[in-house]
Formats: sequence, structure tokens, C-alpha cells
Amino acid sequence: MLALLLTLFVPLLGSLLILTIKKDSVKIIKYTTLAFSLITFFVSLSLWIGFDSTNPNYQFMVDANWIPSIDAGFRLGLDGMSVLLVMLTTFISPIAILSSFDAIKKREKEYYSMILLLQFAMTGVFSSLDLFLFYIFWEIILIPMYFIIGIWGGKERIYAAIKFFIFTMVGSLFMLVAIVWLGHYVGTYLVSNSGGFTTNLLTIRNYSQMIPFDIQKWMFLAFALSFLIKVPVFPLHTWLPDAHTEAPTPGSVILAAVLLKMGTYGLIRFNLDLFPQASFNYASIISWLAVFGIVYGALVAMIQTDVKKLVAYSSVSHLGFVVLGIFSMTVEGVQGAIIQMINHGLSTGMLFLCVGFIYERRHTRNISEFGGLARVMPVYTVFFAIAMFASVGLPGLNGFVGELLTLVGAFKSPFLNSWAYTIIAASGVIFAAVYLLWMFQRVMFGTITNPLNNGLEDLKKNEWVMLVPLVVFIVWIGVYPSTFMSVSETSTKSLINKLETIKFGKSQYNLPGKLEYKPINK
Amino acid sequence: MLEMIQFVPLFPLIGFLIIGLLGKYLKNEKLIGTIASTAVGLSFIVSVLLFINVIGSHLEKPHIQNVFTWIAAGSFKVNVSYQVDQLSVLFSLIITGVGFLIHVYSIGYMHGDRSFYRFFAYLNLFIFMMLNLVLSSNLLLTFLGWEGVGLSSYLLIGFWYDRKFEGTRITWTGDAANKAFIVNRIGDFGFLIAMFMIFINFNTLEYQAISDSLAANESFFMNSGLVTAIALLMFLGCTGKSAQIPLAVWLPDAMAGPTPVSALIHAATMVTAGIFLVARNSVLFSLSPTAMTVVAVIGVLTAFFAATIGLVQNDIKKVLAYSTVSQLGFMFAALGVGAFTAAIFHVMTHAFFKGLLFLGSGSVIHGMHEEQNIQKMGNLRKYMPITYKTFYIASLAIAGVPLFSGFFSKDEILWSTFSHGSYILWGLLTISAFMTAFYMFRLVNLTFHGEERFDKHHLHPHESPKTMTIPLMVLAVLSALGGFLGIPYALGFWFSDHPNLLENYLHPIFANANHILGKHAHTEVHLIEYLLMALATAIAIFAIYIANKFYSDKTFKIPNKLAANNKGIYNMLFNKYKLDEFYFKAIVDSLLALSTSLLWKVVDIKVVDGIVNGAGKTTALVSESLRKIQTGIVQNYAMLMMAGIVAILAWILFVI
Repeated sequence: MLALLLTLFVPLLGSLLILTIKKDSVKIIKYTTLAFSLITFFVSLSLWIGFDSTNPNYQFMVDANWIPSIDAGFRLGLDGMSVLLVMLTTFISPIAILSSFDAIKKREKEYYSMILLLQFAMTGVFSSLDLFLFYIFWEIILIPMYFIIGIWGGKERIYAAIKFFIFTMVGSLFMLVAIVWLGHYVGTYLVSNSGGFTTNLLTIRNYSQMIPFDIQKWMFLAFALSFLIKVPVFPLHTWLPDAHTEAPTPGSVILAAVLLKMGTYGLIRFNLDLFPQASFNYASIISWLAVFGIVYGALVAMIQTDVKKLVAYSSVSHLGFVVLGIFSMTVEGVQGAIIQMINHGLSTGMLFLCVGFIYERRHTRNISEFGGLARVMPVYTVFFAIAMFASVGLPGLNGFVGELLTLVGAFKSPFLNSWAYTIIAASGVIFAAVYLLWMFQRVMFGTITNPLNNGLEDLKKNEWVMLVPLVVFIVWIGVYPSTFMSVSETSTKSLINKLETIKFGKSQYNLPGKLEYKPINK
Repeated sequence: MLEMIQFVPLFPLIGFLIIGLLGKYLKNEKLIGTIASTAVGLSFIVSVLLFINVIGSHLEKPHIQNVFTWIAAGSFKVNVSYQVDQLSVLFSLIITGVGFLIHVYSIGYMHGDRSFYRFFAYLNLFIFMMLNLVLSSNLLLTFLGWEGVGLSSYLLIGFWYDRKFEGTRITWTGDAANKAFIVNRIGDFGFLIAMFMIFINFNTLEYQAISDSLAANESFFMNSGLVTAIALLMFLGCTGKSAQIPLAVWLPDAMAGPTPVSALIHAATMVTAGIFLVARNSVLFSLSPTAMTVVAVIGVLTAFFAATIGLVQNDIKKVLAYSTVSQLGFMFAALGVGAFTAAIFHVMTHAFFKGLLFLGSGSVIHGMHEEQNIQKMGNLRKYMPITYKTFYIASLAIAGVPLFSGFFSKDEILWSTFSHGSYILWGLLTISAFMTAFYMFRLVNLTFHGEERFDKHHLHPHESPKTMTIPLMVLAVLSALGGFLGIPYALGFWFSDHPNLLENYLHPIFANANHILGKHAHTEVHLIEYLLMALATAIAIFAIYIANKFYSDKTFKIPNKLAANNKGIYNMLFNKYKLDEFYFKAIVDSLLALSTSLLWKVVDIKVVDGIVNGAGKTTALVSESLRKIQTGIVQNYAMLMMAGIVAILAWILFVI
């Protein structure tokens, strides 16, 4: 419990502390920020160690009174999926902060304060067990991210920042309406508590499947809209290429590695868990959008001339796999989706770092400006290649595990009940190789044709420090994913158990211990 | 003893890690070469021990060695586990044996290269992946190896990444590497879907379990759509890896890599992975006559068309590349008619003689200072006697001259297709065999015989160093004698009831498939078999004779005249039937156009962003006009208020 509170609040503390430092002491600001995020990472390790992966219930629970009149509480807790995502956040943040040292050259004080605030809010999103609290964290994230893109971004940064803000805001307003409705409905009709209103997630999830289908449907859609924009799923994705391209390197890294995962996290935590009947109803439509996005993102990535935009579109493609896995509603698919969230965070985060490194050297990201970099930057080329092949889904590296399982899940899913999803989605495997290898060839191979690329410096020490930890986990997950997947296994099984029981009256996964929900009579 | 199998892939992995991570600091070429070769050599020794053990123990059921759980979620659980049986051990012997020789050869060939260590790291990585491919006990680990060899192939084709390479829409070696990887990925798509279908229906990806349940329910699965679909999808994977129609286009361009790579990966080992996969799943394939027919027909067509292209190529490695495609077609033809042993036999002899041919060509290229055009060679036998002699032996072997290894294996394939009743396939294969002998001796004549057609004053060809010639000699011995492992009954019945050692050895592997296909080890002798054998021999010798006649004359009168008179055909062959151009125009260009002009510029920018920006603009517009109502004049507000009250009153009075 204390560990979770510290993991959440240390970055906030850091964010506030930075504001008290004189803005000229850039070095102190930088290293203070880094120190705070590193401390957070080490604190969060105790969550990793202390988590009991055989227990399907939430752990490290915090439950404090906050606004009793609407039964909104300061409620926190982690299950297998969220512990993984919190770890991803605390792991990626120091790397992103380190990459800021070179990428951020103005108004450092505000920047570093923002980035720690961002870390605070991201951790909050993944650990909230109260809808009201969740919504607040969800919205807090917009503020630092908006400024990071809008102040420290590229040429079109204002357009990109506003686009990002409006897209996300539209989605979250619908979610807010749904939260209010849900709190009222559950509080008034299903639970006989005095207030007639609650935002306690644990209470709501015990009763939400009793909500009549007609109402459930609308709530599902309101939540889904917000999350699908965040993921993003085709055709709600167009904010992403702009936001990614214009954001500074650390912004892109955090955006790709963590922020997009909030969408897929939400789909599992809220849509599947709270509105099972509506999920069955909409699974095939959303899965088709995901499958379409896999192919679409890949095809559009193929023709990009800006490396960063190419990687951004590849995210649309890769997250399609995650969404497909989620709505397969099988243990294979959801487990695959969870590990794929982590994988995408590592490999795409690393790709953005790599793109950032050459951007700082050349101040361009245009593929045609490069060529033959392998000769001047051999080590860089090796790291880039590893990130690329992880992204391509080469077996032995992390991407393969997630893609394979989401595809297997979709293939065997009794809810989707068709092989077409997997067959079309698997063609994304071909296209991923096409756009990434083609880009790699044009940037790295051949001889140097542009004299500006002569004498480019190979990886610097701090760049090594950022990339090596990523590579370690890319290989680790590729070779022995059980270390991570076993953590979320039990909570995933309990979710699928619930879904299968509601749909079919029985489930193949019977878990020890008491289940928290009440099955309904239909 | 059998559990030692896990060490076979381990050594090359260690070699890869040591050289890959520390190679830069080791600097010493000899040390790096020795580490890499030793790693493969150790694997070879273990393989030999396993082989002896397998033979000695008359292993009936494979031994499965579990190492650890790789991927597990729900009911999906796959281990890293290796399988010891006759097939895997045989492949392991070929891979590590030939691989070891090519490692040694490469020490000489790559001498002085600025990325010497990188080369050996990749080679060891390749061996590691290839061993995973063939030793795995399940489809998924095979897939790891399958993709892994694709990766190593990619890295090695583009090894000299700053060199140019000529080909259709290829400028750099890296383009050729991309092409290889991407074309293979198309095949891998088939492999993946096949794997999913197997998992859904059999709830496992273990070879043994799949084969057992297939064999146990033979009548249920016989000719079922499911089995046919799985087999065909799997075969799509094979056409990618083993360069068959329609995915054969990548292999000739793969010659952009250093020549030892072409020998090891693109001739002796990796490209036979497709044959391995079909053989490993022989029960599955034998249950689908449709799939078997497809395999046979594709194999024969590939054998035929690749051989025709090989007739007119001038790049020494390209000739060998097309020859490889063609020979792989022979192997698939054998698989398709159910002659699994014959296919494996040809894999083995082909590894010897084609490996040797490529290494020989490497020696030639090395001695000729990177010249690869055979029109600019000639009389090299004078300068490179060892290369010449060994190359000649390999050519005799591939041409199918009696007693050389290729004779036995090719003859078994021809006889299998004939006795299967597929006379057209047999006919096409026989013609292909004729062309094979012809283009090989065209190559021998142009390269080693006749007069020097290069500038003797500037170019001084020389024999290669010992590290290169010793592997050549070892392979020459194997190419010459390797065929005796598979003496057909018709020739060996007088000394044994089962003279074909390889068939005896592989018997447990293919027992189920042979049972399903109704095949028995034949113990009768047919006159026609001797006639066909004589015919094949005559054809081979005739082809060699013609080739010698055509190309021993200084001006190449006959072939030049032939080419001039049949310009259409000649150009078609020389341009490889323009298949590359067709693929680029039909698939690549249209996808690029679709993505650019429809998906990106219209759907993303016009439609989606258009709606979003449009919504923004509309809001701004509406606000703009509404703003005008806010005039600040109190009278206006009062009037509006009055109008509102009147409207509400009217509504209450008349509507409600």
C-alpha cells in the first residue's frame, strides 16, 4: 500500500519541487528530475516483488474517503495487468527524461515539472479503482502533454497540440456523462446505499452486468469512444501522426509507450469488465476496425517520407493487434494484448528514441536526407535494427509473442467466431516487414550520398544508457515471456471466466477463491 | 545420451554471442575464425554422437528433450524442446558438417574484410537458427528458426551494404536483402495460418502429437478440406523459403551476399528447409492427395523453368542460383509423389555438390578479383588446378554421371515419378536433367577451358589458400561418393535385401506416411527401371558432349547462332520471363498507388481530417454569426425577451 502511494506521489512531489528551483540552474533541474523518476522506479520494484500473481483480486489497496456525498473515494489498487503497466510507466519515464537532456533546449524548468506531473497522472490512471478519480487522472494527462507538444514541439506544434487536445477531450466528455449515469444508476437502482450515487469501481463492477442491455449499450459506447480515440483505432487515428511527429522525442516516447496504452487498458478494465453483454454485441464491429487499422496503418506507413511519421503510423497498425486480442475475449488474446502493450511500449519507444538521435544530429527526419549511415554509425545501426525487428515481429524478440497470441486468440475466439479476422490481420505481418525494412535500407545502407552525413557521431554514452535497458527487455520478453505474462495470467483468467460464464453459463477457467461478481439470471 | 541434443544449438549461440559482442575488440582474424568454426565443429561432434546413438539404439519413437516453457497463455502452451530422431539428426549432420567446412573456407575468403567479425557472428547465428528449425519438436520453434534463418540470410545478403548490385529495381545489396526477407514473409503468412489451424484442431503444435492423431484417424482426415488447407498453407511457406514458383524470385538476387553465404544458406541448408518441413509433416501431406499433387506439379514446373533460365545466364553465381532453384524443384517433385526418402537423399547430395560448386565459384571469384562474368573468364584450369578438379567432380555429380552422388539421388527421383504414373512430370524432369547437365558444362567450359578472355596483363588469377581448398577437397570426396548411401534396390539387390542405407535409416520417420500412401519398400526389379537408368545416363552424357562441343570452339559459333536465330526465346530466358517486372507492376506499384493516392491523401487527410477540421470550422462559423446577436444594446435584448415570452405563451396556449 505504501509502495503504491509512493510510486504515485514521488513524481508529483518532484514536479512541485522543480518549481522551487531557480530556472537558470538547468543542470540541477535535470538531475533532480532524473533522480525523482529513478527513485520512483526503485520504489515500484517493490510492487513488482510484492505482487501475488496467484491472487485474482486487486492488491495494494488504498481506500480513503474523499467526497462522501457522491461516494467518490481515493481508491487505488493493482491487478496483474495494471502492475505491468505501472512498471512500464516507471521504467520508461527515466529513459524519456534522460532523452530530454539533449532534446529539450528551452524553458527547462517548466518542461521537467510537466514531465513529472505526467508520470504522476499516468500512474494514477493505471491504479485508480474509482471512476471519478480515474477521470481526474485521465484529464490531468492532457495538460502536460498539451504543453509538451505545443511548446517544445516541431514546426506544426500548435495545430498538432490542439488536434490532440480536442480529439481526446471529445472522447472523454462522453466518458464523463457515462460515469455520471453509471454512478447514478448503480447507486440508485442496484445498490441500496444512502447516497444514491457511487463511483466505486469495485461496487460498480459487481453490479454493472445487471444493467439492462439498452442502457449498457450506450455506456459501453461512451467509454469505448474515449478509449478508441486514445488507442487510436481507425478512423479515429488522425491525431496520432501529427502529435507524434510534432512532439519532441521524449514526448513521442511517452505518448507511444504509455499514453496509447491507457486506451487499451480502459477497454479491458471498463468495457469488458463492466459491460459484458454490450462487449459481446460490439466485439465484431470493433475487431473489424482493428483489423482494418492493422492493414491500413501499415499501408500508409509504407509511403511516408518522414521517419517519425512512419513509426507513428506503424503504431496504428500495431495497436490494431492489441484491440483485436482484447475483443477476442479469450485468455490467449487478452494475455497477448497485455504483453503486446508492453512490447509496443518498448520497441516503438526505442524506435522513437533512435529517430530522435539522428534528428538531433541532422535536424531532419526525411528519409531521403539519409543513406549509408551504417558506415558512420555502426552501433546505432545495430540498435535500430533490433528495435526494428522487434517491431516487425521476429520470433525471439518481444513483438512476436504478443502478435502471435492476439492472433491465436482471435482465431479461436467463441465470441468473434470467424477466422477472417486473423487471416486478414496476419497479412499485417507481411506489410510490417515491407515498410520498416524499406525505410531501414534507405536510411542505413548504401553509401553516403549526402555530405552532411559524413562524420556523424555514433552513439554517445547517455544514448547507450537509454537503449541498453530496452534491448534487455526486448530480448527477455522474446525468449522468456513467462516472467511477465504469469503476472497477469490470473487476473486475465478471472476476467475471461466472468465473460464466458455470462455468455455461455460456464467457463473453462475455474479459479480458486471467491469471485467478486454476481452472475445474473437472464 | 540423447539429451545432449540441447548442446547442438547451444555452441553456435555461444559463438554468436562471443563474436557479436566482443568481436570488435578481438581484432585477430584467426581467433575469430577459430571460435566460430570450433562452435560449429563441436555441434558437429555432438551430432555425430547422436547419430551413432540413434543407429545403435534402433530408435523407434523420437526422444523429446524439453528445455523450458516458451510461450504460454490459456490453453496455448509451447515449449522450447528438441526432438531426436533420424530426420533431425541427419539434417543436423548436414548443417553442422557442411557448415563447419564453409566456416573454415570463409576464414580464407573473408580475409582482410573490414567487418570480418560481423560476418562470423552472422554465420554462427545462422547455424543456431537453422538447428532450431530442424531440431525443434514443435511447429512454433521451427518457426523461430524459420524466421531466424531469414534474418541471418537478410543480414548476410546485405553484408556488403555499401556495394551496388544489379537486378530488377535493385540498386544496393540491401535491396536484394529486403526482397529476400519480404518475399519470404509472404510465405510465412501461410505458415502462420497453417499453424493456427493446427492448433485449433489438434490443440497442440507438437509434431509427434499431430502426426499421431492424424494417423490414428486416418479415414476421417483422408482428403478432408481441413488437411488440404493446412498442407497447402504450409506449402506456401515452403515456396517462400525454398524458392519455388510463385515465390522463387528472391533467390537469384540473394547472390548479392558473399559467396560462402550463397553456398551455406542459399544452396546447402536454408533453402532445403521447405523440404524438411514437408518431410517432417509427411503424415499430414500424405493425407491430402490434392496437396501432394500441387507439391509435385509446382516442384516439376520450378525444376523446369529455372533450368531454362540457367541455360543463358552469364554470371557464375546466377547460373548456380537458378540451378539451385531447379534442384529444389526436383526435391519437391519427389515429395509430391510420396518419395520422401528420395527427396531427403537429394537434399544431402545437393548439399555436397552444390555447396562445393558455390565454394568453387567463390574460389574463382576470389582468384579473379571479384569478376563474376563467365564470358570474361576461360582457361582457369591452368591457374587454379584444385578449384578446377573439385568443380569438375561436382559438375559430374549434379549432371548425374553414374557412380557420382547426384546420379543416385536424381535417378531415384526420376524413377519415383515414373513409377507413380506421372509420365508428364517424369518427362519434364528428364528434360530438366538434360538442361542441368548442359548448363553445368557450359559453365565449366566457359570458366575453366578454352582461352583466357580477360586481360592477362592486368589480371593474374591465382589458386586460393589452403583454408579454402581443403574444404573443396573434402566436399569433392563427398560429392563423388555420397551416393553410395542410397544404392537403389535394382543395383544393389545382389548383395543385400535392403541396399539403400538411407531408406533403412529413415524408415521409422516415414512409416506412417508410407502406410497411408500404400507404399512398400520395393523388392522387385523391373526391366524398365534399368532402361530409364540407361536413358538418364545417356542424356547426361549427351548433354555434356553438346556443351563441350558448343563451348570448346573459340568463337562460340553454334550457341551464338542459336541465340541470334531465336532472339525472342533467348531474351525471354535471359530476362527470367520478366516475372520480377510483373510482380513489381502488378503488386508493388498498385499497393503504393493505393496507399498514397487513396488511403493517405484522401481517407486520412480529406475525409477524416476534413470532418474534424470541418466540425471545428463550422463551430467557429456558427459562433461568428451568433456573436452578432450580442450587440450590447439593451433594447435589442428586451425585444428578444419579449419575442421569447410571446413564443412560449403561444406554445402553452395552442400546443399543449
